Amino acid sequence: MTSPARIEVRGLTKRFGGLVAVNDIGFDIAAGEIMGLIGPNGSGKSTVMKLIMGIERPNAGTVMFDGVDVAGWPPHRIARAGIGIVFQHSRPLHRQTVLENIKLALLPDSLLRLVSAPDVETRAIAIAERVGLGDVLHRHPGTLPFASLRRMEMAKAIARDPKLVLIDEPFAGLTAGEVAAFSQLIRGFRAENRAVLLVDHNVKGVAALVDRVFAMYLGERVTEGTADEVMHNETVRRVYMGGDLAAIERRPAPASEKPTLLQLDGVGVLYGKARALDGIELKVREGEFVSIVGLNGAGKTTLFNTISGFLPYSGEIIRGGEKLRGTSPAKIARSGLVQCPESRELFGEMSVRENLDLGGQHLTDEAREKQLAWLFELFPILRERQGQMAQTLSGGEQQMLAIGRALMMQPKILILDEPTLGLAPVILELLSKALEKLRQTTPITVLLGEQNVTFALPHADRVYVLEHARIVWEGDPGRFAAEAGAGYL
Amino acid sequence: MRSLSRSRLLWGAILLCAAVAALLPWWLSAYILGILTVAYYFGVFAMAWDLLFGFAGEVNFGPTFLIGLGAYGAAILDANFGQPIFVCVIAGALVALVGGLLLALPALRLRGPYFGLVTLVAVLLLQNFIVIFAHITGGEIGMTVPDVLSADANANYWYALAFLFVCTIILFGLSRSAVGLILQASGQDAIAAQALGFNVTKHKVAAFCVSAVFSGMAGAMLVFYEGAASVDTVINLSIAVQVIIAAVLGGRRTIIGAVLGSIFLILANEFLRPLGQLNTFVVAAVALAVILFFPDGFLGYALRGRQRE
Repeated sequence: MTSPARIEVRGLTKRFGGLVAVNDIGFDIAAGEIMGLIGPNGSGKSTVMKLIMGIERPNAGTVMFDGVDVAGWPPHRIARAGIGIVFQHSRPLHRQTVLENIKLALLPDSLLRLVSAPDVETRAIAIAERVGLGDVLHRHPGTLPFASLRRMEMAKAIARDPKLVLIDEPFAGLTAGEVAAFSQLIRGFRAENRAVLLVDHNVKGVAALVDRVFAMYLGERVTEGTADEVMHNETVRRVYMGGDLAAIERRPAPASEKPTLLQLDGVGVLYGKARALDGIELKVREGEFVSIVGLNGAGKTTLFNTISGFLPYSGEIIRGGEKLRGTSPAKIARSGLVQCPESRELFGEMSVRENLDLGGQHLTDEAREKQLAWLFELFPILRERQGQMAQTLSGGEQQMLAIGRALMMQPKILILDEPTLGLAPVILELLSKALEKLRQTTPITVLLGEQNVTFALPHADRVYVLEHARIVWEGDPGRFAAEAGAGYL
Repeated sequence: MRSLSRSRLLWGAILLCAAVAALLPWWLSAYILGILTVAYYFGVFAMAWDLLFGFAGEVNFGPTFLIGLGAYGAAILDANFGQPIFVCVIAGALVALVGGLLLALPALRLRGPYFGLVTLVAVLLLQNFIVIFAHITGGEIGMTVPDVLSADANANYWYALAFLFVCTIILFGLSRSAVGLILQASGQDAIAAQALGFNVTKHKVAAFCVSAVFSGMAGAMLVFYEGAASVDTVINLSIAVQVIIAAVLGGRRTIIGAVLGSIFLILANEFLRPLGQLNTFVVAAVALAVILFFPDGFLGYALRGRQRE
């Protein structure tokens, strides 16, 4: 890197209450350079972006931009200093046309300029054409497809002529063709000597585009280097996959002629106009342990929320021969299809026991006592913590409580969404043992969603790989390393 | 091109309506003209409120705080210092501006519903203030002003119409200007607007000032039409609620819709008077139904229909 850095971040730190979201992060980006900032959910990458833009104020650290420390400035001053941002989700002006939305970005911050300068119109049209919106100048944003809305956001950022562009999840919700077009636009920024920071869940999405990658985990720097170096970094692989794939023991697949409990036929889900799930085909047999692995943002949580009845979908979900469409989430849960969500959703100000009792609400007193006794055997720590408020538990204990509460509903199918999120390795081992016990001592059917492949594979009878809203691989865990492992990160 | 023609269409409609309204005294009774006169002042209240809610995205639950400051400011100046009406109205607007600024500067720092709560409390405070300082303000009975705009119903009607027309041109023009666009962006997504380099606080405070000036002026004008200022006509929370309902009925973020809503609300209140107590109930029920089923209001609904085509 011979060219001088356009932005120098040093010692950037942000605390939310007791949580250190960003801890002593530092990096440089030069003019004409594209850097990827990656990390799984909760790693603090989005907070870093917000700190640079001024949307959050850092507790410590400096952000030198063209020789001036802009840390702690309000966003509009940082924007005027030459930093632009492309939000993943933003609310455009719906009563105005695409052209007017772009013109907005070209207006001066003045209370007295009632009439925009005459060149604003021509400049806005030129920008619209550059991002490929030339044909829809006079349409309203509400009538446009998702990719065009993102182009409009890109156009607004370009209009400010920023020296540094921050882009949040540049390709989320886009099709392959659209990804290529957007990559071209972002390369255009590099050609114009702008500095670019791409924020994304994983290296894979941005590998083809970036000059350099900075990886974060739990608020800390993990490593920095070329996309290839980062992808093969041991810590990165452990963060994303849990460790070395070769070490996973293969367990024999049982005979799979049991009846099908749950089947998805071509299920698709749209978030507004973004495709969150596309043509999902999935089958779960009675007593099976099925793992769905995929990086953050692939669509795992969406898939589980769809099965649990929270989201409208196309295609069919069939449970024991009957279509699930139209059944309320509460009814689905009571019928034995129980989800333990990624966010845990515990009742924080209730005690551990109250949380568990709520899960067993529909049981008779006798059955509940029995279920509870069984549960305390599975997670002994919960017995000790019975009287404690749920929000005061450690992360691992909270996860056990969340699983425990789901088990109190006596599920026939248990959906576990990313139970390892943010947990230390020791806790993972405990959880893993509990799952194994659950699998061996009960007839329960489990659907597990994980980014951490090492955690997900040993228990699984069958594995699906979810990537970019689609299922890209299906098979038994023994074949995963050879067939899907390489392309996973 | 389409949005341009729509803008032209609305300007044309404003001119046409104003021309028709100016001719009404030749065939409406003095009684109905009197009702319309009040409705026109209400129209300005509602427009000023819509600028703040529809554009800046801030819900002001106490529009009568600003209206009342203007009304009483003008009334006190007129009664105690005998200044001409014109001077009193300007002074009323200034009082509303200063009072509004004192309220808005600290309140706009609050987020979400707290701004609305502050404006609500401000109305109660002003109401108490007027009752406590009864020797200056006339207290609960209200205060009469020595000057009135005119004793003639037609003249009063034209004064109100002209005032409404000028305010509409200014406020509607402002809403369609570059500044209006920035204000809308600030109201809808403050972070995105800031990321585009706009000082959102500055624009919102400015919107509050404009809203205060017009509310105060209209409040003062109303005093010189009715010949008196009283808590029940310019400050009471039920008046505040009516202003809000009028603006929402007419259509949020349309400015002109607020005028339509006001005229509808005031006329409906008057024509349903034979129903006695049921009157307010029916009007409120209609308002509730419109808000529930057509949250975009009369004009918002009409405009959206065109947009869907």
